[in-house]
Amino acid sequence: VPTLKVKVDRDKCQGHARCAALAPELFELDELGNAREKGDGTVPEALVDKAYLAKANCPEEAIEVIEDKP
Amino acid sequence: MTRPPVNDWSTDFDHLDPRWVENPYPIWEELREKCPIAHTERFRGVYFPSRYEDVRAVAYDTEHFSSRRIIVRETPPPRIPAPPITSDPPEHRPAKNLLLPAFTPDAIREHEPRTREICARLVAGFAGKGGCDAAADYAQEIPVRVIAVMLGLPESEGDRFRKWIHEILEAGITRPDILMKAMGETTAYFQAEIEKRRTDPRDDLITRLSRATIDGQPITEDHLLGALRLILIAGIDTTWSAIGSCFWHLAQHPEDRQRLVKQPELIPTAVEEFLRAYAPVTMAREVIKDVEINGCPIKTGEMVLLSFPAANRDPRIFPEAERVMIDRKENRHAAFGLGIHRCIGSNLARMEILVALQEWLKLIPEFRLDPAAKVTWSEGTVRGPRQLKVLFR
Repeated sequence: VPTLKVKVDRDKCQGHARCAALAPELFELDELGNAREKGDGTVPEALVDKAYLAKANCPEEAIEVIEDKP
Repeated sequence: MTRPPVNDWSTDFDHLDPRWVENPYPIWEELREKCPIAHTERFRGVYFPSRYEDVRAVAYDTEHFSSRRIIVRETPPPRIPAPPITSDPPEHRPAKNLLLPAFTPDAIREHEPRTREICARLVAGFAGKGGCDAAADYAQEIPVRVIAVMLGLPESEGDRFRKWIHEILEAGITRPDILMKAMGETTAYFQAEIEKRRTDPRDDLITRLSRATIDGQPITEDHLLGALRLILIAGIDTTWSAIGSCFWHLAQHPEDRQRLVKQPELIPTAVEEFLRAYAPVTMAREVIKDVEINGCPIKTGEMVLLSFPAANRDPRIFPEAERVMIDRKENRHAAFGLGIHRCIGSNLARMEILVALQEWLKLIPEFRLDPAAKVTWSEGTVRGPRQLKVLFR
């Protein structure tokens, strides 16, 4: 089973902070309020829906959900 | 002042026209299909893109579209810097980074208890009566107090702040004299407050910003005054309008109101939908280089109205865009802008709107529009109800 990873494009992110509000398990904000994925971005199975929800709610389309082939 | 009536929104639109002020959505819906980039000769030439992708393209393109003028006015005044909202790259980034730490979700969370107290006190003041003006007695009273507390100014300064904001954002669109007088007054006011903190530093935003540096250099007095004026102006009638629109909607949709009372955990999702459907802020850009947007030539020297509210109603991006669905899950709305000028106060605004709804619905779960009173709307840069009489039960 491929695992999923989330990745924030830091150049596109403008700090709307929607991802951190909707999926705080997967995203965190820096001191300016801009987002990055937590750790290496691996999405536990239980959080797959939240990963896609965060992606769909990013106004800058800065979030990717990537299939990570083992 | 009466304005010449508009006969054709595609070639002669006027965002101060009473029909646009009252209910712009049908006008935009028609333009989006018939003429996605409308134009007017009024205000010395303005373009109006109404589709999401075109609004986004303008917001992202800082090479052709400058933020040095962000309000469409009858007569452009001398440039009034309010960094970073009026800044372009490369000055924009350092000016914005200066303000961002005070407005992260964590920083804003610290202001939540005080905001809740302010809202609860206001609701308690009118809950026992038969009704109130949800815009004047509630919505407009919240952000003005929260911003005052953040800046380190007395909550009681509200009337003064609201007067300046009205003069700068509304009356000043057609009356440069009123605009310049308000600008002079805000400058003098902030100069005095900065001076007080030189000898008596406090734990507030004015003190913090007056010590701020960019690349090791203290910021100039003009930069400091501009940033303070921005925080004052941008943080008050915007959020007041957003809060007012939530209540305007809920007063007319008992099913949504009852659902939020029963399921308060849905309020944050509903707030995003209200922000999408009733986004209050329309910015503008000055065209500094000829360019095409969606095949339409755009001429240097004219302005572009950057209508995030119109973008948010584009059915190409938002299914059933004209319908307000308080449980809409996928909602990448642009109420706080797109690109580098994303509203600095977005986390603050969201917190205030959420708390305002929670505290009201706790004590006043039932309310409706007063059929005997007219709802009135602000005009220009910020759209929201200014009179909103509601009856409880």
